[in-house]
Amino acid sequence: MPLVNMTVNGRPVAREVEANTLLVLFLRETLRLTGTHVGCDTTQCGACVVHVNGRAVKSCTTLALSCEDAEVVTIEGLSDGEALHPMQAAFREHHGLQCGYCTPGMIMSAVGMVRRLGTDLDRDTIRDELEGNICRCTGYQNIVEAIRAGALAMADRPDA
Amino acid sequence: MREFGIGQSLPRTEDLRLVRGTGRYTDDIAPAGSARMYVLRSQHAFARIGGIAIDAALEVPGVLAILTGADATADGLGGFTSMVRRTGPDGQPNFEPPFAVIARDVTRYVGEPVAVIVAETLNAAKDAAELIEVDYEAQPCVADLALADAPGAPLVWEQCPGNLCVLTEVGDKSATDDAFARAAHVAQVDFRISRVAVSTMEPRTAVAEWSEADQRFTLHASIQNPHMSREQLAGVLGLPSHRIRAVALDVGGGFGLKGVPHPELALVMWAARRVGRPVRWTSERSEGFLADCHARDQIVHAELALDEEARFLGLRVRVKANFGAYLSLAGVHCALGNIGGLSGVYVLPAIHGEIRGLFTHTVPIGPYRGAGRPEASMMIERVIDVAARDLGMDPAELRRRNLIPADRMPYDTGFVFTYDSGDFPASQAKVQEISDWNGFERRRAGAWARGRLRGIGMAHVIEIAAGQLDEMGAIEVDTSGAIAVTTGMQNHGQGHETMYRQLIAEFMHVPPDKVSVRDCDTDQIPYGFGTGGSRSAVVAGFLLETLASKVIAKGKQVAAIMLEVEPDQIDYREGAVFAARDSNRSATLAEVARFAHQPMHLPPGFEGGLSHRQMTRLAGPTFPNGCHVCEVEIDPETGHLDFVGYWVSEDVGKAINPMIVKGQVHGGVVQGLGQALGEYIHYDEEGQLATGSFMDYQMPRALDMPAIGIVSSDTPSRNNPLGIKGCGEGGTVGALPAAMNAIADALGPLGITNFDMPATPQRLWRAIRDAGGMPHAMAAE
Ligand code: FES
Ligand code: FES
Repeated sequence: MPLVNMTVNGRPVAREVEANTLLVLFLRETLRLTGTHVGCDTTQCGACVVHVNGRAVKSCTTLALSCEDAEVVTIEGLSDGEALHPMQAAFREHHGLQCGYCTPGMIMSAVGMVRRLGTDLDRDTIRDELEGNICRCTGYQNIVEAIRAGALAMADRPDA
Repeated sequence: MREFGIGQSLPRTEDLRLVRGTGRYTDDIAPAGSARMYVLRSQHAFARIGGIAIDAALEVPGVLAILTGADATADGLGGFTSMVRRTGPDGQPNFEPPFAVIARDVTRYVGEPVAVIVAETLNAAKDAAELIEVDYEAQPCVADLALADAPGAPLVWEQCPGNLCVLTEVGDKSATDDAFARAAHVAQVDFRISRVAVSTMEPRTAVAEWSEADQRFTLHASIQNPHMSREQLAGVLGLPSHRIRAVALDVGGGFGLKGVPHPELALVMWAARRVGRPVRWTSERSEGFLADCHARDQIVHAELALDEEARFLGLRVRVKANFGAYLSLAGVHCALGNIGGLSGVYVLPAIHGEIRGLFTHTVPIGPYRGAGRPEASMMIERVIDVAARDLGMDPAELRRRNLIPADRMPYDTGFVFTYDSGDFPASQAKVQEISDWNGFERRRAGAWARGRLRGIGMAHVIEIAAGQLDEMGAIEVDTSGAIAVTTGMQNHGQGHETMYRQLIAEFMHVPPDKVSVRDCDTDQIPYGFGTGGSRSAVVAGFLLETLASKVIAKGKQVAAIMLEVEPDQIDYREGAVFAARDSNRSATLAEVARFAHQPMHLPPGFEGGLSHRQMTRLAGPTFPNGCHVCEVEIDPETGHLDFVGYWVSEDVGKAINPMIVKGQVHGGVVQGLGQALGEYIHYDEEGQLATGSFMDYQMPRALDMPAIGIVSSDTPSRNNPLGIKGCGEGGTVGALPAAMNAIADALGPLGITNFDMPATPQRLWRAIRDAGGMPHAMAAE
């Protein structure tokens, strides 16, 4: 089996994987980082979004091997120790989650959105940008509010 | 308001793990040495199974076992039974085929389990599944409800001619016939309530372990009701229920789907015992579309009789409801259990309904948010709009004229329900105001000038909540004064962990961080009814108040011993302090709890410890209600529909956490709008599922959905001391009819009177084209 090297949440990892192993299964089953979820088998739901080299990607359609030497960040690696990342805090503050299953993907997508589009996101833009993330519980309204607030909070935290 | 108590929008405790990705969903648990299960499913809607060849599959490296219907028969595996019984066409109890967990000689829907493969890895199990040869002898089938009782339709069960399982009448036929005979006007409407897939974002999933030493299963599963699931599974597996421990940790959405036991729960347990290893199973999304119980799927004819003053005289409905191929636990319940909602919020002197429940070669029907409530609400609320259009009346005025006045509460509808409280006229007035209902015709004209069709729809909601009145709970105070709460209700997004903390803060005056909430686990508490039917807030309010008062009473006895006064001299005060009246002596809850755990200091025979467990029963169900307004705009050129506005006035009685209530309304509304807009399960003539993935099944996305304006119009329930009514399902109950009324209103000017969900661009475009399109001369005006 081929060996893959990557950094996951700041820690270097080197593991043997089957060539067809998806990143999401590598994270969940091999590294036991179960915060990244699987909600579909057609790349529609976004429950699996992680950051690869700073970009939000769907880990259910990314091969683990394609992440050789990459910097991978999952929901577990987003916050800096005890304190929540501003986007995580905003989801909690604005009740942007109910069952929480879509939430890791939503938060990782939201942070990716801010990195691409800046910290002043209007609600229509947020709704458009969430095209690839499905939530069954919240009706999206509080997710939109959370992302707007989380983005503004990120403006004060250039490192976030 | 007490800090952290009832009425505060506290951020949720459970979020602290969920936003970090450290939740504990079932598929996150992978016990050491677990094997994986894969289910081979029927490719045919109706087929005889001649034989199943598994020899080649058994050769695949890593395969541990392959089990088929023959093994299930040998091991005596049963099926899940229906919880509701009605009458069949002969007036006898209806035929009840249990929901089979694996096909024996016949498969009756595409996706029915045919074989179970257990292997070291999922890939090995899937590889093996490809080598299994099933000898199917396909039969003609019927998947479409509309055709199920057509002459000559293939029969799902020989025992049920015409595929008719249940034939039941509700209400008063002769009074209703009289009402129609006297009517000045009769409005009628025919519509179909589409079939949908619940589609929780977390698929159904389970991990089972069998302990040979204890002769006992441990099942971790994504379920809403561990205790009820355990009872059902014990029946299927032929064990006493104490041989099963069922646990639900974090669950990624339920909405009724996960309250119904499904075959794979039994199969994964069976497999675990067979191979002597823990076995994991997680549905893939495409599997879920095939094998999760679907929902709704009814064909309705409704008629409303009105007098000269447009007052309602009577309502008549004829309903055909799909049951699927077997009766799921709640299949019959969905068609009949909530039909009481037909009476709506109106003075409606006579109601009669005839409901036919039919089998088809499709996966069984199960509950989905509302479970018959949105369907009943569609029937009354759609026909009211049709009547308003017939009479040239404002539908809001027609409703207003017929509302039950607030001063008649509690109100016996004369049909099924007696409403506890509500001020429907006030609720309607509030939503008309925030939606600027009266300014709508201007907005319609403006849209028309832009070449757009605009419509507005109203629907009142009333739903029975907490119909299951009983629940078990426990409060245990440890020697540090920390409080653990356990109930038989399960948290899958509704915020129970936060709500319980708020209730305990209210009743026992302790801050939330001193309270822990135990997992819903049959080993933690012996009984429970699970989460469903908008019950948890209502039930928990009464249950925890009862438990808290018992614990405090016990604490007073202990404090009296400590402080050497009579128990009736002790008050329980702010700050969780037991104080002796007219003295400066007091003891904190922690001190009293510590003392209570030292029986040597207590009088002989005094029961040590500081905890209490019991079941409680509410005085009656509650009826949360509200009034919804939906506004839509349709582009006739493309058929694209925009939800341009949505407003709700809601009456949940007393809100424990208003933030959570609003979230429940948002989510519920979007599930209703999703069905109106695009969600649609479609089987072709061969009974093959045509909409089996998120590519074909249009889930509501953020960009399709409106912002929702909410105003509260709360009137406390009289059926529990806190006045709580619940809020889980009302959003969906209102949204389906409000949206369909708005769409009908938008299409009305083109002469389109019948338009069924889903309002996809293709369907809207075709309907508009068939009606001759937008009249250009008028559009240009
Ligand atoms: S699991 Fe990756 S998009 Fe659904
Ligand atoms: S919070 Fe449940 S799916 Fe989004």
